Amino acid sequence: MASKGLLSSSIARKFAMALSALFLIVFLLQHMSINMLSVLSPDVFNEVSDFMGTNPLVQFVLQPVLIFGVCFHFIVGFILEYKNWTSREVKYAKYKGSANASWMSRNMIISGVVILLFLGLHFYDFWIHEITHKFIEGKDSFIVNGESESGFRFYEELRHKFAGDFPRMILYIVSFIFLALHLNHGFESAWQSMGARSKKYTPIIKKIGVAYSVLVPLGFIFIAAYHYVTQL
Amino acid sequence: MVLDSKTPEGPLKDKWTRHKNEIDLVNPANKRNIDVIVVGTGLAGASASASLAELGYNVKTFCFQDSPRRAHSIAAQGGINAAKNYQGDGDSTYRLFYDTVKGGDYRSRESNVYRLAEVSANIIDQCVAQGVPFARDYGGLLDNRSFGGVLVSRTFYAKGQTGQQLLLGAYSALSRQIAKGKVEMHNRHEMLDLVKVDGKARGIIARNLVTGEIQRHSAHAVVIASGGYGNVFFLSTNAMGSNVTAAWKAHKKGAHMANPCFTQIHPTCIPVSGGFQSKLTLMSESLRNDGRIWVPAKLADAKAIQAGTLQGRDIPEEDRDYYLERRYPAFGNLVPRDVASRAAKERCDEGFGVNKTGEAVYLDFKSAIARYGKEDAFVHGNKTPSAEEIQTLGKAVVASKYGNLFQMYEKITDENPYEMPMKIYPAVHYTMGGLWVDYNLMTDIPGCYAAGEANFSDHGANRLGASALMQGLADGYFVLPYTIGDYLSHEIRTGEIANDSPEFMQAEKEVKDKIDGFINAKGEKPVDHFHMRLGKIMWEKCGMARNAEDLQKAIDEIKALRIEFYANVRVPGLVNGVNQELEKAGRVADLMELGELMCKDALQRTESCGGHFREESVEIDGEQKGEAKRDDENFTFVSAWQWKGESGNQELVKEPLEFKDIAVKQRSYK
Amino acid sequence: MKLLLKIWRQDGPKEKGQMVDYNVDGIEGDMSFLEMMDILNSQLIEKGEEPINFDHDCREGICGSCSMFINGEAHGPGRNVTTCQLHMRSFKDGETIFIEPWRAKAFPVIKDLMVDRSAFDRIIQAGGYVSVNTSGNTQDANSIPIPKEDADLAFDAATCIGCGACVATCKNASAMLFTSAKVAQLSLLPQGQVEGKERVINMVNQMDLEGFGNCTNTGACEVECPKGISLDNIARMNREFLSATAKGKK
Repeated sequence: MASKGLLSSSIARKFAMALSALFLIVFLLQHMSINMLSVLSPDVFNEVSDFMGTNPLVQFVLQPVLIFGVCFHFIVGFILEYKNWTSREVKYAKYKGSANASWMSRNMIISGVVILLFLGLHFYDFWIHEITHKFIEGKDSFIVNGESESGFRFYEELRHKFAGDFPRMILYIVSFIFLALHLNHGFESAWQSMGARSKKYTPIIKKIGVAYSVLVPLGFIFIAAYHYVTQL
Repeated sequence: MVLDSKTPEGPLKDKWTRHKNEIDLVNPANKRNIDVIVVGTGLAGASASASLAELGYNVKTFCFQDSPRRAHSIAAQGGINAAKNYQGDGDSTYRLFYDTVKGGDYRSRESNVYRLAEVSANIIDQCVAQGVPFARDYGGLLDNRSFGGVLVSRTFYAKGQTGQQLLLGAYSALSRQIAKGKVEMHNRHEMLDLVKVDGKARGIIARNLVTGEIQRHSAHAVVIASGGYGNVFFLSTNAMGSNVTAAWKAHKKGAHMANPCFTQIHPTCIPVSGGFQSKLTLMSESLRNDGRIWVPAKLADAKAIQAGTLQGRDIPEEDRDYYLERRYPAFGNLVPRDVASRAAKERCDEGFGVNKTGEAVYLDFKSAIARYGKEDAFVHGNKTPSAEEIQTLGKAVVASKYGNLFQMYEKITDENPYEMPMKIYPAVHYTMGGLWVDYNLMTDIPGCYAAGEANFSDHGANRLGASALMQGLADGYFVLPYTIGDYLSHEIRTGEIANDSPEFMQAEKEVKDKIDGFINAKGEKPVDHFHMRLGKIMWEKCGMARNAEDLQKAIDEIKALRIEFYANVRVPGLVNGVNQELEKAGRVADLMELGELMCKDALQRTESCGGHFREESVEIDGEQKGEAKRDDENFTFVSAWQWKGESGNQELVKEPLEFKDIAVKQRSYK
Repeated sequence: MKLLLKIWRQDGPKEKGQMVDYNVDGIEGDMSFLEMMDILNSQLIEKGEEPINFDHDCREGICGSCSMFINGEAHGPGRNVTTCQLHMRSFKDGETIFIEPWRAKAFPVIKDLMVDRSAFDRIIQAGGYVSVNTSGNTQDANSIPIPKEDADLAFDAATCIGCGACVATCKNASAMLFTSAKVAQLSLLPQGQVEGKERVINMVNQMDLEGFGNCTNTGACEVECPKGISLDNIARMNREFLSATAKGKK
């Protein structure tokens, strides 16, 4: 029995899930750090955003990898969920999942779907606009005349989205809470799927995982709330 | 009729080697054309199946459980003996042989036991090579512990789950052969008859327990490795499904049943707690290393405990009767199993029992906790520990040694054994008797073999701790694969055996008729009702102590019970499909016939030996007053019973036992 | 104690099953769960009904036969116990108890509470052994010292009783804990390491073929396992598998 390609076995699929998850975890940290600049200094935020938006390495190497990673993570996630669902054709009349596993670990699909929906909103809010601006309208310049002191539009757009838009802020916050739940199990689970577990390091990984799953979404929540509150 | 044990000539220590060199072999090309059926997948059955398949035979293996891994060998706790002498404490093949024969009260066959001791070391090598995780010391070498009734440390173990680890080793070897297609495994199949053609065993009739289909399976030889028959007592430490049916069918087809009355009653089991109880749980013999056994010295205290108004732990030291230490100062709490069991029964019969049924004694770790606590404090530099510190430290030490057993006890009884003395009582555990076999492990039906607990050969009238695992694996790995070739070498020209000969068709019809009989009885009572009544008769009249009057009564009662059973049993459900009541009905029917034979055998043997204690045969005076009295002059033989057409009519054939290499002595533990 | 039991009844593998209500009375706390079932069954038989079929054998927690999903948990509410070791003192008078068979595509129901777990046997047959024949000439058991820690870990993994509670309780019906226990045991011992790469790949492939779900690391199996088999074994199997795959083993 040969191993027929990377995704033919259950462990390989989980390994792939874990790899993409770790990549996304790194991306999230980076995304949150840059966004945090918008609270600290609009100018630095704009400059860094401009760099990320125009640098060819970011645009044509990292961004496709990211898009692939996101899509891969979601698609394989759905495939796994479907297989898992069909592995038990007749369901239990009474099933007490809470007795032996956390809500987060049992409901990655729910938190995952919420995050996916949020991504839709988030793309609609920023990314589609950005792509249209760059590639469809073909404007190679990111300078919007007169709208920003530094000449870039990123900060203004961000402010604009949250100006007086209470529902949007709530949607963002709720989504970040689900992100936290997803990360809470996902961080630690990724290491386990790759077989990285030891008496010495696993407790540390778990602690880092909890800290990460709380601090990163909290950062995002803070940013969203900051921009809403400061424009009241 | 004379039974020929076919023991090879020559000095004891050379018999096996010589025999192996002289017996006929089957060449590899011919082995491919020979079929062997193995019934049972415990240590003996699984190891025999695997080894025979490795040699090249086509093996068909049967078990009634849903997987071969579930056979009851899995429940053995303590360990497995082997004469490795890793501890350098003077162990040797001869010493293991000597201890086993002596422990069996000189009622086993010398040559078989010597061979068992001889191959014991190979078993450990084989199991380690298979990946069995035995306990090891810090140097990475195998660890040993000491077991009841011997003076050396020769017991290999894997915590309290040695049987499990050994069985899983054999199961993995079996699985490997199943994967290779050399073993055709039939799970959830029960053997319901042995088929003989021209006087030779040629196959079996089996029922598929899922579809209910009755099947005819043919082979050139049949190995019965279906375990013991302790369930004749209803309550025992055997699994619920353990039964005598396969062996009994062979008996009814002509195989002699040997020493059926030799039953081992294990002294340390959790007592019966109510009439609903289905099963007894063993607490490992190792507990007797540190626990002290006692009952109250005053009858009034015992009555108060039985009434629930007094707790055992509140009885002061001077009012306790450590009766084993009192009666057997040399061995104390570590006397062999039969002696410890009888002593407990004696005290309880006198009214000193310590639970509401009056059938329990204490196994107390109080002094062990104090002793270990003090030692541990001392080791850690605390020369004047407080009583509390001693308790805490002592409990921790006891927990590290017996934690899993204490936990099991607490789960079952809901009492904390660290605070309250444990309550224990003897229970049926193992049956030394079984199908009579010669040196080659063949019954007196040509081509029908018996291995493991299903045969009678190695333990005499009493089995020593950690010897059952040794025997099961010795038979399956190292004896049967050689000896069966001697017989099969004459079968290479036989060709495939037809399974539609008149003999097969007749046997199939009889099995079907019997099944229909149960279904059509349409009586009032479930099978268990009769099984419980059988068990009660056996326990009271053919249990730890036996006498002529009771045994005769038991025979009459069992006969009556059998008639009532066939008339009044209710087996609901269908023949075609899963029917657990039908399975039980067939097993209980056979256990009833066996029970009758056990009583008959016990009645005939008017001496006391090993697990068989006749109240009429005790030492009248002297140092051994009140102890079991063996009668070597009249009973140095194997009692083998031949079926004569009807239950209870068996005829006794004696195989005389000779002891040339060992002096026959009285067992004294005073 | 009086109880209302809701028990799954199913006549055969292809029949449709359903939950059926039964009342039992006079249950004592010292009874084991299976003894309670015995009482119900003897009542059913005396009434002329077919008793409830369930697998059971040793009744001391080691054979792995018993397999009931009780009140939403494998082997019921107890920890480190099998169904046969669960006692009725864990329940309250008047309680309703749900009793269902293990549910997984790879464990089809045979009848009532009895399921077919032969998938586990096939996983072991795919490689859960050391390829050594019986010969009587095997090298001495002490010729390869094994560090006590490894021997102990191997033993802990080897205590798996193959009951299937891990599959039954896993929301994905994954058999990773079972499979990994055997892989880990043999990979920790020098005797098992020789064919370790082939073993892990073959066993995992068989596990996938049987239709078990994927592991999502919820850890439920470890909690419900009557023998406390650790998730460490799953991580070890993942490592073994990935390294074997990376080395291109087939």
